[in-house]
Amino acid sequence: MNVRVGSWSVRLAPRALLVTVLLILIGCAVSVAALATGEFTVPVPDIIDALFGQGTPVAELIVSKLRAPRVVTGLLVGAAFGLSGAIFQSLTRNPLGSPDFIGFTAGASTGGILAVVAGGSALVIAGGALLGCVATAALVYLLAYRGGVAGYRLVLVGIGANALLLAVNSYLLTRANINDAATAGAWLTGSLSGRGWDHAVPVALALAVLLPLCAAISRPMRMIEMGDDAARAMGIRVEVVRAAAIAAGVLLSGVATAAAGPVAFVALASPQLARRLTRSPGVTMASSALMGAVLLTAADLAAQRLLAPTQLPVGVLTAAIGGTYLVLLLRKDRH
Amino acid sequence: MVSSRLSGTGLTLAYDQRVVATDLSVTIPDASFTVIIGPNACGKSTLLRALARMLKPKAGAVHLDGSVITSLPSKEVARRLGLLPQSSIVPDGITVADLVARGRYPHQKLMRQWSKADEAAVAEAMRATDVAGLADRIVDELSGGQRQRVWLAMALAQETPILLLDEPTTYLDISHQIEVLDLCADLHEAGRTMVAVLHDLNQACRYATHLIVMRAGEIVAAGDPTEIVTPELVEQVFDLRCEIIQDPQTGTPLIVPEARRRVAAATA
Repeated sequence: MNVRVGSWSVRLAPRALLVTVLLILIGCAVSVAALATGEFTVPVPDIIDALFGQGTPVAELIVSKLRAPRVVTGLLVGAAFGLSGAIFQSLTRNPLGSPDFIGFTAGASTGGILAVVAGGSALVIAGGALLGCVATAALVYLLAYRGGVAGYRLVLVGIGANALLLAVNSYLLTRANINDAATAGAWLTGSLSGRGWDHAVPVALALAVLLPLCAAISRPMRMIEMGDDAARAMGIRVEVVRAAAIAAGVLLSGVATAAAGPVAFVALASPQLARRLTRSPGVTMASSALMGAVLLTAADLAAQRLLAPTQLPVGVLTAAIGGTYLVLLLRKDRH
Repeated sequence: MVSSRLSGTGLTLAYDQRVVATDLSVTIPDASFTVIIGPNACGKSTLLRALARMLKPKAGAVHLDGSVITSLPSKEVARRLGLLPQSSIVPDGITVADLVARGRYPHQKLMRQWSKADEAAVAEAMRATDVAGLADRIVDELSGGQRQRVWLAMALAQETPILLLDEPTTYLDISHQIEVLDLCADLHEAGRTMVAVLHDLNQACRYATHLIVMRAGEIVAAGDPTEIVTPELVEQVFDLRCEIIQDPQTGTPLIVPEARRRVAAATA
């Protein structure tokens, strides 16, 4: 489908467009449901009043102070994980090359646990996670570097680093006192519980800066998937694009982990789900981000309501929902 | 002196520390079908990659239209010089039309991603390579020969006056090899400068208007195949004793390797 207005032109795949619109609609529906339901049900018109400061004090407290920041954090963190997964899977040309498999989120966890053990505030824990993620990424990159980074070597080195860091994390937990271990344990499953605007804002800022960057590099990245020489022959500065992509991917998974903990599976599953639904050849940034946002908020809604009043950490659900859906899609692929 | 848009002077080519060639100078005549040939590991693909700016020379420089190629904007070079690499990865599930369309990248901008010129170039490239009938097929499901034609179509859609091909016939059976080479000859006749690395000396002699013969990182001979290909040259370059006869189809040199044992009837 070609759209041309004056000298401006773009080529759109109808299916990808449809998936994008559907994901946005589902995301809105899930968000509204998350704002409305719970121990205290707020009717939809009251939600809008409350969000614009026109509602009853109770509705305003529940919607604007408690539920809205959680929903927004979920949407943003999900989008960040989805994007980061899309970037690294594209760079490594491998679905297993997502940040939760190649050690980045495990490194973020190590940073987070160290911050918990040191008795840090939520902000320090977030900072520790971001730092852990960046440091791990730098280490994996350097270890995998041999005059350029081949995808499979990055994945192998990353898997090694991941195993090592998981061992370090377990060791740290066994050495921590019982309270710290419990706090760290809850954080490690990945959770959106009790997230306020101070969690959402850093992720929002990171996305505001990195989204345009991702949009700019998505077409060159699709060309690089065909091979470095093929991309260079098309006039793409492969090293520049790759450096930008790595920086964006590491920062996105870092801020996302800092805000919600190492939520399992969103970064791995979102790009794969998006790609299969859109049937797009190559990385699909927009739909991966939307898929991540929908997956995480939907999982969080389920985690809060399924076994209410028992509240599950969202990481339990993302793994269950994302994993099941992915297995189903892969089964369909074979036919 | 023949005119040449693409040339290399004093090239030292190396991968990391392994030097493949030193002080290599090469001129690609305009509107030629240049074929680079030589035994395995003689540096022929390395030279082609250097000419296509895939490999930065340790010394010397490649010139395109009088400028050092690395000093030109990469996208600008990509509008003048195309390369079909030895191996490219087919994106999962991509259709022929979408893959060929990717060849338009150097002509596109963020706000102009699919102009009428793009559409026309892609249609023409698919027509020239005879893949228009495959437009909606998934590339992964095509035969090797069809797939190579699709990659060629992508390179053609780039609409560059110079097109470099790194072993375009490798992994193809003989009929598909000839098909691809005939296509290259057509493109050359239509006015493009073609440069290809080939393995088969007879095919090189048949299709090349300009032959570059390499051995151990050096250019041993360059020129019209009919003039330069002699039994002495083949022995010097390939360590192969041979007889050279005229190709009955084209009149170009045809290399007949010396047999260890002659058939009795032939000697009688």
